Amino acid sequence: MAHQTPLYADHVANDARIVEFGGWDMPLQYTSALAEHHAVRQSCGIFDVSHMTVVDLTGPDSTRFLMRLLANDPGKLKSVGQGLYSCMLNDAGGVVDDLIVYRLGDNVYRIVINAATRVQDLGWMARVADRDDVVIRHRDDFLMIAVQGPKARELAAPLLAEEMRAPALALRPFECVRHDHVFVARTGYTGEDGFEIVLPVEAGIALWRALAAAGAVRCGLGSRDTLRLEAALNLYGQDMDAGTSPLVSGLGWTVALEPADRDFRGRAALEKQIADGITEKLTGLVLEDRGIMRHGQRVLTAAGEGIITSGGFSPTMERSIALARLPVAASGSCQVDIRGVLRKARIVKPPFVRRGRILVDDAPVQK
Amino acid sequence: MTQVPQNLKYTEDHEWVRTEADGSVIIGVTDHAQHQLGELVYVELPDAGRKVARGDAMAVVESTKAASDVYAPLAGVVVEANPALASQPELVNNDPYGEGWLLRLRPDSATDLAALKDSTAYTQLLAAGD
Repeated sequence: MAHQTPLYADHVANDARIVEFGGWDMPLQYTSALAEHHAVRQSCGIFDVSHMTVVDLTGPDSTRFLMRLLANDPGKLKSVGQGLYSCMLNDAGGVVDDLIVYRLGDNVYRIVINAATRVQDLGWMARVADRDDVVIRHRDDFLMIAVQGPKARELAAPLLAEEMRAPALALRPFECVRHDHVFVARTGYTGEDGFEIVLPVEAGIALWRALAAAGAVRCGLGSRDTLRLEAALNLYGQDMDAGTSPLVSGLGWTVALEPADRDFRGRAALEKQIADGITEKLTGLVLEDRGIMRHGQRVLTAAGEGIITSGGFSPTMERSIALARLPVAASGSCQVDIRGVLRKARIVKPPFVRRGRILVDDAPVQK
Repeated sequence: MTQVPQNLKYTEDHEWVRTEADGSVIIGVTDHAQHQLGELVYVELPDAGRKVARGDAMAVVESTKAASDVYAPLAGVVVEANPALASQPELVNNDPYGEGWLLRLRPDSATDLAALKDSTAYTQLLAAGD
């Protein structure tokens, strides 16, 4: 039996098609995944992301613990209210999970991790914590809503408590603010502006309904996936996992090797990978033939073979795009093996779409 | 409510077949199938002249989430594929029994056609699956 979020009844009442994702019964789409996608690019959409795991860290050693846990440098969180995207790595340099960590106070942090990886993540954190004086508390008493799109912030702000409105609108990307038990961060997984809001269940249900009543479009996992693919935001388990390094997953920018004396888990493995030479990269593909690229398909380039990690249809570009792990030297044209037929594609630097704009060369599809 | 027109024949794989006056058949996917697939963003159809055996994967319909094969309900030769679907795959969702037809086939034998389900049997199949 899969878990259900407190908004499950609302999803069903609004004709959502439900699918299981990471052990949760979640809405795939309501009436149209394509319409939901365009709503987020052009106006405002809302996503129930309560399946994601919220973990609070307290205790005098929590900063010390994060210094060892994260591949990015928690020292970058100079002031309360800042957030940081990071991976946590195993000792082979593979990605245990990707996450956002927010600094809520001195030695007080909030981490948001993926749904499907919750058990292994919490287990790994407990192991890394060892004898540190840190309390790792899984917050399953909250609901989490993502409000995304060019109109998201102006639509959501009036629905927050009065004390929060101005501070929420003043947030810069990756910053957060908290008042009572309501947490608002200017983050998301769509390539558009917006908020992710963590709050108690009853208040969350009321906020969800108020957002929908104010004109935000209910969106499911279908549009969440096409939006994040266009924005080239990695999906854990697909674009990277415990067997892949962030250095071959387009996440090298999130690995902080400075300061050199910060001994985080996986560091030695990454240093060895760098010394041996990085041979692969995660990059973007635009299909020039007709068809749809999908996860797992082979890519043939002049520099050698690679594989598609995420592929699909871009509703904004109206053609197929993909993320692919390719030899570092690969560039220009390539071919993708789509069910036995070689189709022509072009290697591009992701992202494909951000803030409503197409960012890659968008020559018309050959018919 | 899923539509199941009475004048068509059906397969367990949710395709429909309509016999034309010239003995050829028009093939498409059912209303139930298009709903299950979700919004189609790409349809790949066989070229005219291709010979297919019953059960062959002869076409692919792709939604935002997945690719699905369409199997030949009858053995025969492809006469034509619906040219409108190249630029408007959503026709399959909007009008699965009309503008969203997939292809026309000349069947090898009329006996294959008799083995397909009628609308009553197909409606029962859908009811059993719910």
